Amino acid sequence: MTLSEWGKISAFSLRSAEKRPALSLADVAVGLGVLALLYGVARVGAESFVRFSPPEVIPAVSLDPRNLPNYAARSTLRMFAALVCSTLFTFVYGYAAARSRRAERVLVPLLDILQSVPVLGFLSITVTAFIALFRGSLLGLEAAAVFAIFTGQAWNMTFSFYQSLRTVPRELEEMSELYRLSKWERFTRLELPAAVIGLVWNAMMSFGGGWFFLAASEAISVLNHQYTLPGLGSYVAEATAAQDFHALGWAIATMIFVILLIDQLFWKPLVTLADRYKLELSAGEERRFWLVDLWRASSLPEYAGKVAGPVFAWVDRLLSRATPNGVGTPSKASRSGDLIFNIALAAISAALLFAAVRFVLEGVGAREIGRAALLGLATLARVIVLLAFSTLVWTPIGVAIGFSPKLARVSQPVVQILASFPANFLFPFATLGFIRLGVSLNWGSILLMALGAQWYLLFNVIGGAQGIPNDLREMAAGIGLRRGRAWEKLIGPGIFGSWVTGAITASGGAWNASIVSEIVSWGNTTLKADGLGAYISEATAKGDWPRIVLGVGLMSIYVVGMNRLVWRPLYDIAQNKFRLG
Amino acid sequence: MQPNGTLLMAEQIAKTFPLPAGGEQTVLEAVTLRVQAGEIVALLGRSGSGKSTLLRILAGLIPPSRGQVLQNGAPLTGPNPAVAMVFQSFALLPWLTVQENAELGLFARGVPKEICQKEALHALSMVGLEGFEGAYPKELSGGMRQRVGFARAFVMKPDVLLMDEPFSALDVLTAENLRGEISDLWERGAFPAKSILLVTHNIEEAVLLADRIVVLGANPGSIRGEVKVDIPRPRDKKGPRFIALVDYIYTVMTNPQAPVGELPAQKTSERFPMLPHARAGGISGLLEIIYDRGGREDLPKLADGLRLEIDDLLPAVDAASMLGFAVVAHGDVMLTEAGKQFATAGVHRSHRIFKNQLLQNIPFASTVVEAIRHKNDGRIGKDFLVDILDEHFSESEAERQFQTLVDWGRYAQLFEYDADDQRLYIAEQAPEEM
Repeated sequence: MTLSEWGKISAFSLRSAEKRPALSLADVAVGLGVLALLYGVARVGAESFVRFSPPEVIPAVSLDPRNLPNYAARSTLRMFAALVCSTLFTFVYGYAAARSRRAERVLVPLLDILQSVPVLGFLSITVTAFIALFRGSLLGLEAAAVFAIFTGQAWNMTFSFYQSLRTVPRELEEMSELYRLSKWERFTRLELPAAVIGLVWNAMMSFGGGWFFLAASEAISVLNHQYTLPGLGSYVAEATAAQDFHALGWAIATMIFVILLIDQLFWKPLVTLADRYKLELSAGEERRFWLVDLWRASSLPEYAGKVAGPVFAWVDRLLSRATPNGVGTPSKASRSGDLIFNIALAAISAALLFAAVRFVLEGVGAREIGRAALLGLATLARVIVLLAFSTLVWTPIGVAIGFSPKLARVSQPVVQILASFPANFLFPFATLGFIRLGVSLNWGSILLMALGAQWYLLFNVIGGAQGIPNDLREMAAGIGLRRGRAWEKLIGPGIFGSWVTGAITASGGAWNASIVSEIVSWGNTTLKADGLGAYISEATAKGDWPRIVLGVGLMSIYVVGMNRLVWRPLYDIAQNKFRLG
Repeated sequence: MQPNGTLLMAEQIAKTFPLPAGGEQTVLEAVTLRVQAGEIVALLGRSGSGKSTLLRILAGLIPPSRGQVLQNGAPLTGPNPAVAMVFQSFALLPWLTVQENAELGLFARGVPKEICQKEALHALSMVGLEGFEGAYPKELSGGMRQRVGFARAFVMKPDVLLMDEPFSALDVLTAENLRGEISDLWERGAFPAKSILLVTHNIEEAVLLADRIVVLGANPGSIRGEVKVDIPRPRDKKGPRFIALVDYIYTVMTNPQAPVGELPAQKTSERFPMLPHARAGGISGLLEIIYDRGGREDLPKLADGLRLEIDDLLPAVDAASMLGFAVVAHGDVMLTEAGKQFATAGVHRSHRIFKNQLLQNIPFASTVVEAIRHKNDGRIGKDFLVDILDEHFSESEAERQFQTLVDWGRYAQLFEYDADDQRLYIAEQAPEEM
């Protein structure tokens, strides 16, 4: 991150270096690890970017498991490319929203809507656009896949960054202003460090969710074209079409391995390092992690610091000079300017809305809108049933896990993997089950949607249960509150806030998942449910633009409406009434 | 430090903030203030007096709605480059080391790294943090964190050092300590700023540090007046002038309508000297100890021997001297004749001696006895006495004065106090003594 980071790491190893032999085991391990990583990225990257082929020629996906490492690497590279994009987007968008009052008025509500919009519904638009952009090359598809993952990651991260920037303690801001820190110094010394913990955690969660979008976007039929990008997701799609159980098993095993590997080599170290940037000044136990210890024990960071330190310092100074802090009292807010700005904003929004409505009305007519809205109600019913069932099943389990530190230690990594694991990898098995048992997808799709969405609920309930102070639990036991009573008086109110948070995420995930869950196939058999998800999916495949716009628009309205009418009030209740401490 | 020469000046400053419901709130009105080289000015006000806002306007962090700020004669148009600020919450970056925090301001000016380091180390040694350069703020105690805050400001060598309630986030002892060190630095003439502007709501702090105290009124904030503090430094918090000034300012602060000016000539402290908060038993114990040590002892040595801070010992010493049992001179405490007699007397006689000293030296004690005698039922309400004390002390101090007086009176067997119906009455005549 900052220079001091390097300084700290190198100072640390400098001290410990005195007592060590010239080349330690840690050095060898770190050196080999870095080399292997560089080699892998270079090779796979070259593959993705060099193999151009016209869009008519679809790259084949071979079901030979020996290809899996390569496919996994390519999928992973897409994930990280999306992560880089999301991070850059987060900085620019979040910064603009937090620093400009007018930008804030547009960007924050827009972000709120973008968060609620079903990302998968946009695949048709983005794939078409990117293919047109990179005409005659596979890069268009790559970009479309990366963009799909990006849209699944970026909003959360941006929100978190924006919130962190808005909550930087006032005196720290005044200090940096009084001492005229340049914009660059302010960003690297104050704003980024203050935001980094929230950002890393959000990025980690969003990254886990990203696999779902990756799997959905690597093999997609858009505008009567079947597009395939070699990767884990397309491998699963191919295996499903070929009804190949062995291949599916290999794919799932590979997926789990990749998730674990990225967790150990990337997220855990990042979370450990980010821990230093806590804003509170309380000294606490430092989070430790083996890879970070290994890195610090090797002498590589020291050499890196020695070589890169002066370069960084030079760049640091250069960027500081390039971004001086604006001198002069901040301009006073002009009311008339605000008024004009607001009117312009309202006019643009109205015009956009009008154009969309007219486009849909001319394309399909008013009756179609009613029909799609009814389909939306069907999907809404599924989401509600899903939430109710997940709550009934996972709340007791989550509370049990949260109350038992031992259980939590064992199950937390498992739950984390389950939450990152792309549920659509399991769809073929479920589909086959539905076909064999003759289950209608009208009901079955609830299960498919739940496969991905329910974990958010479990996750949050565990966290909520862990947040209930021990003395309160002891008190409840002490005064003899038993089961039902304890749930009514302590556990229920105690986890309510976390449950709401989990339910918001789960319902958002479920709406999104409906697009791939309400229409599934196994070999040549295709199952279809009545719902807005299937409606969007079919419209996308046919390239029926008015219906795509109608479907996506309606789904956004449903999600935003539910957020405003149900979740926001519940969240407020949780904040005002049931907050612990 | 050369006198005169206005460094920082606020001219007819007003500040209004828009209210969310429309309209606006006036936080400051027509404030004119001048900070000269070589002086410490304290801005004293209660919450809502806009004192922190005024400080931020002078720092150039907030633009005034009307009026202007002049720094060395030139109008201010942005963050004031000639000031440094010490923040209430320290405002340290937790991810930077002590040294990196301290040098941040210089670094941002583009000063070469080596010079930054040298200056930061110098400033850190000035606040007693040598050896902590590499530590992170979270490894330090609250007092040490604020020392880093001071060092960061010192490094800038500002014309005016702005301090925004710098000691209020610290516990009482730590605050006392740090306040003393800052005042020492100033007195030694080694202070790395030409003048100080201190915002505080702590009256004692203002009287201890400032040359001038500017009293702000609230709603909207405006200057009510100014009090000069011409008590020579180092200032003794137990000195009569100090105590009188603190009392005076307290009265002013608790009476928003009262005019603010110089300390009134009539000395309230004659008839109502402030009784030190010492219990009679404690005074007696102290006298015996001093007697055992030959009737004369060096105060710091005495405190050290008892493993106490001098501050812990002072109330008893002050009380002993007020009652005429001892005299304090040049840091030594000596027993008077009465003190020696008291220390060697038996139980009954010692009560009697205490009674005599009390009636002789504390006029209010005789007043109380007279008042009780003049009542038909021989009892007098606590409220009556506290009301009298309220004229001269703050509300809480009046209560403590009363408690102390009751404690002493009981020990002297002068009067008794019934805590249930809150009345004082004359104690049964003690049995024959001597």
